[in-house]
Amino acid sequence: MLDTLLPILLFSALALAAIGAVRRVRLWRQGRPSSVPVIKGLMQVPRRYLVDLHHVVERDKYISHTHVATAGGFVLAALLAIVVHGLGLDSAILAWVLLAATTSMFIGSLLVAKRRSPPPSRLSKGPWMRLPKSLMAFSIGMFVVTLPTAGILPEGVFQSGVGWFAALVLAAVIVWGLGEMFFGMTWGGPMKHAFAGALHLAFHRRPERFSDATGGEHRSTGLKALKLDDESAKLGVEKPADFTWNQLLGFDACVQCGRCEAMCPAFAAGQPLNPKKLIQDMVVGMAGGSDAHYAGSPYPGKPVGEHKGDPHGPIVAREGTTLVDAETLWSCTTCRACVEECPMMIEHVDAIVDMRRFLTLEHGNTPNKGAEVLDNLIATDNPGGFDPDSRLHWAADLNLPLMSDKKEAEVLLWLGDGVFDMRNQRTLRAFISVLRAAQVDFAVLGTEERDSGDVARRLGDEATFQSLARRNIQTLSRYRFSRIVTCDPHSFHVLKNEYGELGTPQTPADYHVQHHSTYINELVVAGRLTFKAWKGGSVTYHDPCYLGRYNGEYEAPRDVLRALGIEVKEMARSGYRSRCCGGGGGAPITDIPGKQRIPDMRMEDVRETGADLVAVGCPQCTAMLEGVVEPRAAIKDIAELVADALIIETAAEKSPQRQEAPATPRPALEVTP
Amino acid sequence: MPHDVSNRAKSATPDGLNVAVLVSIGRHPLTARTRRADQDARAVEMALTLEGASVSLLHAGQHEREHEEALRGYLGMGIDSVNLIQQRPQADVVPALADALREGAPQLVLTGTRAETHEASGVLPYLLAEALGWPIITGLAAVEKVEQGMATVLQALPRGKRRRLRIRLPAIATVDTSAPAARQSAFGPAKRGALEPLDATSEVDEALAAWQVQPARKRPKRLKIVKSSSARDRFKAAAAKADGGGGQTLSDVTPEQGAEAIFKLLKEEGVLR
Ligand code: SF4
Ligand code: SF4
Repeated sequence: MLDTLLPILLFSALALAAIGAVRRVRLWRQGRPSSVPVIKGLMQVPRRYLVDLHHVVERDKYISHTHVATAGGFVLAALLAIVVHGLGLDSAILAWVLLAATTSMFIGSLLVAKRRSPPPSRLSKGPWMRLPKSLMAFSIGMFVVTLPTAGILPEGVFQSGVGWFAALVLAAVIVWGLGEMFFGMTWGGPMKHAFAGALHLAFHRRPERFSDATGGEHRSTGLKALKLDDESAKLGVEKPADFTWNQLLGFDACVQCGRCEAMCPAFAAGQPLNPKKLIQDMVVGMAGGSDAHYAGSPYPGKPVGEHKGDPHGPIVAREGTTLVDAETLWSCTTCRACVEECPMMIEHVDAIVDMRRFLTLEHGNTPNKGAEVLDNLIATDNPGGFDPDSRLHWAADLNLPLMSDKKEAEVLLWLGDGVFDMRNQRTLRAFISVLRAAQVDFAVLGTEERDSGDVARRLGDEATFQSLARRNIQTLSRYRFSRIVTCDPHSFHVLKNEYGELGTPQTPADYHVQHHSTYINELVVAGRLTFKAWKGGSVTYHDPCYLGRYNGEYEAPRDVLRALGIEVKEMARSGYRSRCCGGGGGAPITDIPGKQRIPDMRMEDVRETGADLVAVGCPQCTAMLEGVVEPRAAIKDIAELVADALIIETAAEKSPQRQEAPATPRPALEVTP
Repeated sequence: MPHDVSNRAKSATPDGLNVAVLVSIGRHPLTARTRRADQDARAVEMALTLEGASVSLLHAGQHEREHEEALRGYLGMGIDSVNLIQQRPQADVVPALADALREGAPQLVLTGTRAETHEASGVLPYLLAEALGWPIITGLAAVEKVEQGMATVLQALPRGKRRRLRIRLPAIATVDTSAPAARQSAFGPAKRGALEPLDATSEVDEALAAWQVQPARKRPKRLKIVKSSSARDRFKAAAAKADGGGGQTLSDVTPEQGAEAIFKLLKEEGVLR
């Protein structure tokens, strides 16, 4: 009986899976068009899976091994089952391999079960709790049913007496396994992540993210420009169907592992945001329905089951509730911790900014100080609404060389909006003294500089961003310099990664941009700076999101600190796992309340290291962390630490021949020993 | 900025209230970039929060690129179009506006107290009121209700005081910074909104033509020196009324008596001779 039943079961499960796949693809195709290389993308899947995805999964060794055992076993078992049981190929060798594959899968499923007893809070429950059992059902069912083919049990054992009964039970187990693994894969069960995930890897919106055989950096963090010249087009994402189809596909790939949730500073602070839930809400919206079936942690303070949406309905309602509340979107600091951590390579920040763009550009609804800041940026080119002609007032005594006088310089020093902030002016002064000590040929734009557009862009105001960026590009095109150096990681990121797309053939905008820590490190390596020994207390270092995760610069700041003689006491969350200070993405401007403040949590991380001082490299981080009430560690920018330790060689010391004669004439004896 | 929907004034007029808002080209005080004028934008805001009101925007001036950008600032508040009464640069816009208002027959005309560019004398609403024969109210803080051709409004007085007034419509009301701030202007609607040019004769402003215009000289600001010992005294001094304490309040007097009193005062002060 099983010989006839098994192929029927297998092929009907496959057929149902195929129907489900078509339906799922149609859900994704509701999105806006986005062209991708189909064949090339599909060919890339194995590499992207084995190299890039595993690079992320491997950060958690346990689940990485589990996944290799389970998924590897399943893929092999499924293929062989089709050949052996579906097509009836009676090969003992294949059967033995099939046994091995199902065994591996079974061991994997035991590990999955162990991880889930009890499940950590970041994992989703609901249907996910039955997944280990379904995996076992599939692996055990396939294992037992293959025993006769492998020659371990006699052929025909399932055909008489007790065998009949066993066959019935076995069939039921296999139906369960097939149902979850084949049918569930395309009809929205937990296994959907495998189907959508593979295609997501193939058609990812940022193919630059993936490594290739040539090696090198593969990072893609700049936001993509919005086309503003189309008169009728809606700006940003209002409805789920306004995402591009491959974004929708990406949302569908989520495995609800909650790694993003565990890393999200806004979630930890009790602000109404959970990146995992947000992605799931997009899935709910794309398919239509309510979030009542969601079985993970909710947005803090927002019970599950009150929101619903459909592909062509608004995500954020002007009044009342639909799929997501606006404050959820405005809680994000765009720190990218979620994206960095996501094993499915989902782009949360892109999605959040896409939706913010609609709220700002179409609804005119940027919360709290948002509208004021944007108005200031439009009218005065800086977020504080200061007189743009007063940009250089802080440096009246520094006699800074201006690009408009010099026309060219080795280094263009991008000062950023910190020029209006007294705290950051200290950092800038320190950095300028470092540049002078190393005798660097530098110049500033002075009053010709404008805000880089970072805040405007993260607040969704793409129009103001592009206007600022284009004018800055125009200004920069008038001067010659070999690199731009800045103390502000946000300007750094925008100039380096986001201006390029707005350049024109006449005014290309591909600059060599460096953060001041990178540049100082180069100066140190070149032996152009000498330092006194470090005498202060213990020091830790806070990685700014826009320097670290956005641009992969983790080492230069640490190298500089090492050169100063400082041994960095690392925080538990540092490097690519650094916790945001709460200052990015316009979050201090939109200021969505939570249970605690993000900078307080970060200073708690600092306190745990016992460090007396935290070195930073960003004006936002400085401001956020210094805003934490005392007693707390002192906060100093790397530039300040370097400037404090400088041994300034005076011109006299460097050229001894011009040394003035000592006051008392020395005896000739001493001069020629 | 979330706008409080609950305190919208109810309009009891059966077919909705017809509100016209006069808008001008603004100018940022620091950078002199053109923008929506702050007070006019507040007037638009007030019109938009009147429930059931149909709002139309009027601007008399030139159809120029730079002006267009400023006018689009109003469109971005969620307005479909601005009627642009085309005028030559040196024109007196009062007759053209008066004609347009007579024709459009709105019940309520809202505008800022004073423009941010050109003469900025703040007299235009008065001249319009005179030309149309409508009452005018200044410093409008809120429209509480509109009923049977009468509006109950709150007028802002110095130092946060409010006065409730009832005026017969149609009327002109000016709005200053005591009115609620204008909502954010969104780029999308601003870009898509329409400017509807209307042809109109421009009458040359003879008086203006005779004037000599030159940039204002920066004048030193007089420092208010407060000699006081305690913070309380300083606060009192800062919050104190600026006037000299003279004057009188007239109530329940006939218009003639009132006019007489004002006339007498102006003579005393040497304003009239
Ligand atoms: S970018 Fe940062 S704040 Fe925003 S959702 Fe991701 S982890 Fe949370
Ligand atoms: S979005 Fe990514 S990290 Fe977050 S739960 Fe889904 S798969 Fe996991």
